[in-house]
Amino acid sequence: MSAPAKSSASGTELRVLSPIEIVQDLFWVGLITTLILVPIVYVRTLLVQSSLTYVTRPYLTLVLLGIVLAYRLIMRLLVWNPRAAAATAPVENAGQAPSAVSGPSLGDRIGPYVARGMFGLALILPILLMWFGNRDSFFPGWDKRGIDLAIYILTYIMLGWGLNVVVGLAGLLDLGYVAFYAVGAYAYALLSTVYFPLWFGHGIVPYAFYITLPLAGLLAACWGIILGFPVLRLRGDYLAIVTLAFGEIIRLVLINWFSFTNGPQGIDVPKLTFFGLAFADEKGSFSDFFHITYDRIHSYVFLYYVILALALLTYFVTRKLRRLPIGRAWEALREDEIACRSLGINTTNTKLTAFAIGAMFGGFSGAFFAARQGFVSPESFVYIESALILAIVVLGGLGSQIGIVFSTIAIMGSFEVFREMNFLKQVLPSGTEPIQFRMLAVGVAMVLMMRFRPRGFVTKREPTAYLKESKAVSGDLVSEGHG
Amino acid sequence: MKPLWETNTELEVQHLTMRFGGLTAIGDLSFNAARQQITALIGPNGAGKTTVFNCITGFYKPTEGMIKLTHDDGKTFLLERMDDFLVNRNAKVARTFQNIRLFSGMTVVENLMVAQHNVLMNASGFTVGALFGSGKFKRANTAALEKAKYWLDQVGLVDRADDPAGDLPYGAQRRLEIARAMCTGPRLLCLDEPAAGLNPRESEELNKLLLAIRDAHKTAVLLIEHDMSVVMGISDHVVVLDYGRKIADGTPAQVKADPAVIRAYLGVEDEDDDEGKAAAAVVQEALTHKPVPDDVLAAAIVTPSIPSASKVRKASAKMPASKKKGRK
Repeated sequence: MSAPAKSSASGTELRVLSPIEIVQDLFWVGLITTLILVPIVYVRTLLVQSSLTYVTRPYLTLVLLGIVLAYRLIMRLLVWNPRAAAATAPVENAGQAPSAVSGPSLGDRIGPYVARGMFGLALILPILLMWFGNRDSFFPGWDKRGIDLAIYILTYIMLGWGLNVVVGLAGLLDLGYVAFYAVGAYAYALLSTVYFPLWFGHGIVPYAFYITLPLAGLLAACWGIILGFPVLRLRGDYLAIVTLAFGEIIRLVLINWFSFTNGPQGIDVPKLTFFGLAFADEKGSFSDFFHITYDRIHSYVFLYYVILALALLTYFVTRKLRRLPIGRAWEALREDEIACRSLGINTTNTKLTAFAIGAMFGGFSGAFFAARQGFVSPESFVYIESALILAIVVLGGLGSQIGIVFSTIAIMGSFEVFREMNFLKQVLPSGTEPIQFRMLAVGVAMVLMMRFRPRGFVTKREPTAYLKESKAVSGDLVSEGHG
Repeated sequence: MKPLWETNTELEVQHLTMRFGGLTAIGDLSFNAARQQITALIGPNGAGKTTVFNCITGFYKPTEGMIKLTHDDGKTFLLERMDDFLVNRNAKVARTFQNIRLFSGMTVVENLMVAQHNVLMNASGFTVGALFGSGKFKRANTAALEKAKYWLDQVGLVDRADDPAGDLPYGAQRRLEIARAMCTGPRLLCLDEPAAGLNPRESEELNKLLLAIRDAHKTAVLLIEHDMSVVMGISDHVVVLDYGRKIADGTPAQVKADPAVIRAYLGVEDEDDDEGKAAAAVVQEALTHKPVPDDVLAAAIVTPSIPSASKVRKASAKMPASKKKGRK
């Protein structure tokens, strides 16, 4: 819908526009957009009992027009505005300024505010959704669904942040990350249903998640080291293939070791409790304990805050680690392994810690995933999940934590959008659903990204130490790692 | 009187042999490097100098031989048995690379912080302590930054401290690599062609820096270099390699006069008197920076049958540019 705005903008020169000029600009853009929208969107023909009639869709048209105008206005004020650009543009080395980052991107300028805003939004999101999403409000039915989607997205953000340690910081291409997710999930499933009742009696089951969570992380970290040992000498493609195989091995073992994992039938596991209080309409439950009426949304909100806490833990720990010697060694390893060894850095241990810490966060989110679903089966841990998490990290910009948030919302959010786009059924072949085309959309998005932003959303690297001022390093200098 | 490298030895290389399949890159090489001296390792291209470096710093495991390092306090290390990173961490041998290996996506000061990894890692309580904000780590971190600043000051890069290392000009990258190696607190610093690609003024600054490292920091320097102004200007001891074997070993003055060295650099036949003289004169010029008497040079150039005449002229510009015939 923003096509007319874009094409007209590329021809205009960059100069500061007065407010009146901006209004004029918006007027013309609005006019063109309206002209395009009226025949395409506003009027819709219908075949009712073999007679052709039409319906009008004013609201949809206005929403689309509003999107186009808002986009145009934001671009005018922030991106196509040389004054704003000059004020915040980083000083590039004139001769070497690569074309890809010569102009300051939108992200550079509003990045810090967006990050803070998103953090604030994440904290109050369930409350907002409960307000606006309940039955008599603007978006009926969106309270549970919205929170559920947010939980889903946060899980992937956490996985992305975990994998970022391995791929983004240490530069080790890991295509089998989902294996650690599986280890975490099965660690929770097996400990809470089989081993904890066996060792400590059934009374422990409601508390199992909180005891298992660290154990799941620990077990996944162990498996990270087990994977790390054989692949220490491998680089690039070879490393990728072995990690891919590792992911598949874990999944196949889960399927075939029937006596231990219950095979493809999966395991029913206890759902997450509020520190021992179940979310159910019964005595001794959460609602009973706090004397409130039972509502399923309580469990959604609680799950949301648990995953938010876990994701923030991942965020702050990895951010802190980056500024410590170990994180600096990871990045140095990505830049040049031989130079690292010449400086006395034990690259073996450095790689293993990267694998272990990345795997640990995978294990945490796996345990959460199992507790949220109430069910685990090997089907949840297929290769495409690894590829998706890797795509999130790559699309976000290797090593960038905030970029991962954007890319997760873009990829996972677009999946949900496909669920909503029933109007696409008109153009799709009969018998297909829009949701079936979501991977195609991800593929197209990746191709476009490789064309326009080959380094991902966030291409700058923040230095971990500085003498006078912290200057971001252009992504073109940063190595992607050799595997 | 015995030379210092016999009496006060820091590095002792004995019968070092390195074979790659059928190729013997180094054959039975023995030499010593003295404490607090600059030892230069020179030789034509392909003589095996960098291979010697890689053996000393643990990147190659030699086929035969012993490399012994002795610290001031009498601790000895057999470098040929140690892992490459332990050679730096425990034996305190730091190196630079012929093709610069900086962490180009990290800033200058970050490069120097990475070099202090082991000190910081110990202070951080293997990360756990630092994760919870231990004061010990904070102090170590400040000290590391101070050390980085000191070395940036020494190599004249304080102004570029927060720029990406990959953005620095070539000469500055060479200096930064030396500063990074010094940040590991080495007893022996191995420099692989530090003056390559530097202009004369930069070479002069490099000389001063290396002398300061030797004298003020009590560090032995082992140097591979083709730039004779650096080699002859600052080294205390020169070892000449050719085809992986040592052909001369001594003070710069001794090496300059050695006929074997002249032969290795210019590839002249012993019996060819005229050419030999001319070549020797050119080598002398390169080594001493004195012009060759015209009549001697003319003898070399006018004789059409001498294939090395053009090489001789090239050699007067820069010695290593001339190669022995048939050498790769």
